[in-house]
Amino acid sequence: MEPGTDRDEGTEPTLDADFFIRWLDAAAAAVARDADRLTELDAAIGDADHGSNLNRGFAAVTRRLTEKPPNAPGAVLTGAGRTLISSVGGASGPLYGTLLRRAGKELGDAPRVSRVQLAEALRSGVGAVAELGGAGGGDKTMLDALQPAVEGLTRSFGAAATAAEEGALATVPLRARRGRAAYLGDRSIGHQDPGAASSALLIGALADTATRAADDDGHRGNGADRV
Amino acid sequence: MKMLINVPERVVEDALRGMAAVHPELTVDVANRVVVRRDAPVANKVGLVSGGGSGHEPLHGGFVGPGMLDAACPGEVFTSPVPDQMVRAAAAVDSGEGVLFIVKNYTGDVLNFEMAAELAAEEGIRVETVTVSDDVALAAGEGSGRRGTGGTLFVERLAGAVAEAGAPLERVTEVARRVADSCRSFGVALAPCSTPARGGPTFDLPEGELELGIGIHGEPGRERRGMMTSGEIADATVDALVNDLRPDEPVLVLVNGMGATPLLELYGYASEVMRALGERSVVPARTLVGDYVTSLDMAGCSVTLCPVDEELLRLWETPVRTPALRWGA
Repeated sequence: MEPGTDRDEGTEPTLDADFFIRWLDAAAAAVARDADRLTELDAAIGDADHGSNLNRGFAAVTRRLTEKPPNAPGAVLTGAGRTLISSVGGASGPLYGTLLRRAGKELGDAPRVSRVQLAEALRSGVGAVAELGGAGGGDKTMLDALQPAVEGLTRSFGAAATAAEEGALATVPLRARRGRAAYLGDRSIGHQDPGAASSALLIGALADTATRAADDDGHRGNGADRV
Repeated sequence: MKMLINVPERVVEDALRGMAAVHPELTVDVANRVVVRRDAPVANKVGLVSGGGSGHEPLHGGFVGPGMLDAACPGEVFTSPVPDQMVRAAAAVDSGEGVLFIVKNYTGDVLNFEMAAELAAEEGIRVETVTVSDDVALAAGEGSGRRGTGGTLFVERLAGAVAEAGAPLERVTEVARRVADSCRSFGVALAPCSTPARGGPTFDLPEGELELGIGIHGEPGRERRGMMTSGEIADATVDALVNDLRPDEPVLVLVNGMGATPLLELYGYASEVMRALGERSVVPARTLVGDYVTSLDMAGCSVTLCPVDEELLRLWETPVRTPALRWGA
């Protein structure tokens, strides 16, 4: 069963630091798996390095989380954000770094947070990304996946993943107005935005981690309402 | 695609080790990716820091030295460096007179330098930033704005000259901004470049076609046409520049190779550019011909015009001593 749908309304503070670490590990694995695809998307309308840059950054995040695992969800996100800023470069380093850092700060030092709290924290993070990049919805950027994902997350993890994936695919017919693809003008039309695609991976990894946590709990027989 | 490399992941590191090995006048921190002039911080002098993705050599590391930059921060190929590099560079070159960041207008560079400026300020370093956006292939004020390309050389050189003369940060910033606001560039690709990570071309450009209005990061340009002669390319380029700039002062001219265009072709092209400028009553004051702001192994060329008054021309003529630009010293 999908966590946060039936058993609770997503307001129980059930997500701990370990959940967040597993989320980012899953995101790193997804980025590594899809690095070539992200780079191909970037080659069409950018400069062919999105996959390799993010892969380098998320690998650094995984190393840092393994070496020094933080003990609060907020600290996991702020530390991961700082690592991305220091290791990715390009526009995606500051943008993803700001997303996670702002969300982490919103969560504070609570040892456990709820899905709805995470959605609200990510909403702040997405707002900070929009401000930093000077972009809005429909500009053919990562925001086109992240903004609907946040709305989805207020309902369920699965809804967030679906919304992010749909948002990323919906960037295909758009004309880029921000980032390097904007230099192409109309020639950016017909290609999926690589930043929206990687954002969908990040949110997909979140939903997968929630599903696995629910399954684990199910097997242990202590109920999916922990998640 | 064959390349003169060991492994793609170490291309930037290997090049920095090369610079360290052959340029004793520079301090090259390979691990942290910062190139600094050996005598930094120079007492009573504003520090100039630039940086950007690698692949544009000699920009920026080749322009570190007296009369130009104090430090450069190379990122991965075509990827902005990270704020940590810029903060480290700023700390290394700040004599107490403050630091000027010279940034090419690409979203990644702008964001990372912005974060670095905040962090450096927290460490008590006075930082000003000047952004170069000189590429007339893009309409000004639309989307992310114009890209920073060849004009960066003129900003680094003229701001470097006035800083070397001991001008305060406000004055160095003013000169850099004036130059950044007034130079214009336009580039043409005959063949795309290949990044080491990808091992092949970043875009397709069929035989018999060229791409007008390219950037310097291997991104495609604005328009594609059937192959043109050197003279026709010069006319299209100079028209694009002069229609945008309409200079009434003499101009510094950069006839720049993108990396894989032979100097033989580039000098032939320079003669066409000089002709085209003359036909439009534009007076070249000084001209540079060569590979200065490249895009890996892209074949093609760009032209940059930088209007100069007597003061800027005098600054241009002062001594400069860097690996890639050097005279009077």
